[in-house]
Amino acid sequence: MKAKITFKGGIHPPENKDLCGELSIKDFPPPGIAVLPLQQSLGSPSEPVVKKGDKVKKGTLIARSKGYISANLHSSISGEVIDIKKAPHPLLGEANAVIIKSDNRDEPEKDYSTEDVSAAGLSSGEILGLIQNAGIVGLGGATFPAHVKLNPPPDKPVKTLIINGAECEPYLASDHSLMLNNAEQILKGAVMIKKILNAEKCLIAIEENKKDAVSLFRQKLNSLKDIAGLEVLPLNVKYPQGAEKQLIYTLTGKEVPSGGLPMDISVLVHNIGTVFAIYEAVFLKKPLFERVITVSGKGIKNPANWRVRIGTPFKTLINHSGVTDRTIKKLIMGGPMMGLAQYTDEVPVVKATSGILLLTSEEAAAFEHLPCIRCGKCVTACPMGLMPAEISKMVEKGRIDMAKSIGLMDCMECGSCNYICPSGTNLLQYIKLGKYEYMRSKNAKR
Amino acid sequence: MLKDKHLTVTVSPHIKTALTTEKMMWIVSCALVPAAGAGIYFFGFHAALVITVCVVSSLLTEFLCTLLMKKPATIKDGSAFLTGLLLALCLPPELPLWMCALGGFFSIAVTKFAFGGLGYNIFNPALAGRAFLMGAFAKEMTTWKTLQVFPDGITAATPLNLLKEQGYDSLMKVFDSHSHLFRELFIGRVGGSIGETSAGLLIIGGLILLFARIITWHIPVSYIFTVMVISYFTGGVFGIPFHLFSGGLVLGAFFMATDPVTSPITPKGQIIFGIGCGILTMLIRIRGGYPEGVCYAILLMNSVTPLIERYSKTKIFGVKR
Ligand code: SF4
Ligand code: SF4
Repeated sequence: MKAKITFKGGIHPPENKDLCGELSIKDFPPPGIAVLPLQQSLGSPSEPVVKKGDKVKKGTLIARSKGYISANLHSSISGEVIDIKKAPHPLLGEANAVIIKSDNRDEPEKDYSTEDVSAAGLSSGEILGLIQNAGIVGLGGATFPAHVKLNPPPDKPVKTLIINGAECEPYLASDHSLMLNNAEQILKGAVMIKKILNAEKCLIAIEENKKDAVSLFRQKLNSLKDIAGLEVLPLNVKYPQGAEKQLIYTLTGKEVPSGGLPMDISVLVHNIGTVFAIYEAVFLKKPLFERVITVSGKGIKNPANWRVRIGTPFKTLINHSGVTDRTIKKLIMGGPMMGLAQYTDEVPVVKATSGILLLTSEEAAAFEHLPCIRCGKCVTACPMGLMPAEISKMVEKGRIDMAKSIGLMDCMECGSCNYICPSGTNLLQYIKLGKYEYMRSKNAKR
Repeated sequence: MLKDKHLTVTVSPHIKTALTTEKMMWIVSCALVPAAGAGIYFFGFHAALVITVCVVSSLLTEFLCTLLMKKPATIKDGSAFLTGLLLALCLPPELPLWMCALGGFFSIAVTKFAFGGLGYNIFNPALAGRAFLMGAFAKEMTTWKTLQVFPDGITAATPLNLLKEQGYDSLMKVFDSHSHLFRELFIGRVGGSIGETSAGLLIIGGLILLFARIITWHIPVSYIFTVMVISYFTGGVFGIPFHLFSGGLVLGAFFMATDPVTSPITPKGQIIFGIGCGILTMLIRIRGGYPEGVCYAILLMNSVTPLIERYSKTKIFGVKR
């Protein structure tokens, strides 16, 4: 199997990545109140190990992972636990969270700024332990606990590690800025991961609209030692180039089987942000309590990339960035293609937050749901080779079984079909509904 | 700060393309303007009247249908305008105006709304309208305006008519050389329907549609290619440009067969559809009772579109064939 020029399908939405201007990362001041939901990853929520009234520092463990797929949670500021209660959650609507009031001292649990050079000599098991302790989850949005993903079953060895720097969602530039600011650390993290997995190759994939990052990484690779098997590969600019299956297909020519995982074909993908967090966990012994996010959209006066503490409420970031006087229509967590619309700005930044977008009515489209004119544009655009118009019509008629038979569950919800539809048909809404109904009836049968 | 603002909550995606159905319809209409203009220029004022009457009657019918069926008004979406325009372009330039009005009514009311409106019709409305008029008023529908100087004994007709009814020699008596014939066909200075004569301008319009991503290459290329292959084997080197540039082939391949509603949804299906159109067109032209086969070929293929779709499903990523 050979690498491909690109994957099939996809779309070219306006990028709007230049709204943020320069790609420096600014440090966002620690919030007065941090809201830290216990559910920050796929799987089970973590279990609190602090109670009301406890004093915590930046980096103190406040909730421990519970079950196999779960992740630790740490305080992102120093102060006092004032409550553990239901609070707005950007993905779940509402969920239990540890609320911490800052003492404005921002005292860390330990020094997180000196690099422990001896870490390079640690064993795989030790490294995995550090990653697990740090509570790292996939920061690309999937939020799968990293220590679980990095521990594949022995019969599925990983040969190719892919570092995903595609960042194909419009508006978002957080991964880009991280690549420009922390190239060396990301490479060190990548070497670590490659070592844990005992992988043969590590491919760092970056979309070509980030030429500066491509050349910076190439230059760093030339100057660093111990980087055998690492390679930087530029990708064509197309959405969703960063989607796991499409990325793997482009780089290796192999298709992840329907319903399967990348490790079924000996591949593992990690996002740039996750790799950087792994570097911090291993070399700085720093838990995941802050991350880089893009705050943008034409509703924001000063769009920027911020290094922000987990638990910072959206409204704090929005107020700090300023709101333009255009008509605000939507508040999104994530990108405009796959992000989640929020009903309130009280929700906090969680580990899954890659960006906050405040979209004006001119940016956020209205979908009229006119009749499908069968133009086939959704079919051509679907990177999964589905017929979105047909699937959506079947779901609309309640024929979930038929929709399933033509690939309902293969949809990755990238939204390409919905974006390109000239009739503004709510394709993805029906497809999501169909998936939900299918899972519900399947669970009911059990 | 956002407290007083209403946040809209929907599922993703939150952005969408600027190319709406409405825009697509108007761009297609614009792409037809050169060919329509040429029709008026060559055939005279009555052609302009035919176009106007067809468009107005289509729009009016659309308006009345939505009113009677209590559907949202769709008169602005451009589809009825386009249907009227396309219908006019495949009618003879001197057709009585009341027939034109009837054609527009049939296209919209019977072919489109009786099946449920835009998106649900099985047959291309403009072509179905033309087929209806052909059935009802065969004589008027085959009366062509004379553009060529005819030596004795040869009556006014389209080049396809001439070839079919009176043979190659008569055709060559009218057009003294091949190159003259092809030039006239390309420019559009030959007898025929209003909009199908000027192959050159229609090709320009078709290219506009391709570049604006309103149509894809699949149908026009497979259709035209099939016609070229068959015409080579039946008419030799002369056959290719002759069949390509005469009659409604270019109009049909770029503007009629590509009608999204009535053609297959998958690229593979579209190629099969195009090949089918090509074979049927040539079959009718060579063997059938009519000199021209584009209209019926496309209508026939419209009717098998669901069947084609069943056998031309896409390949799902990660699923082995
Ligand atoms: S059907 Fe699913 S995978 Fe295909 S384009 Fe639509 S959202 Fe993306
Ligand atoms: S893109 Fe929209 S109008 Fe076109 S076939 Fe798909 S659902 Fe129908």
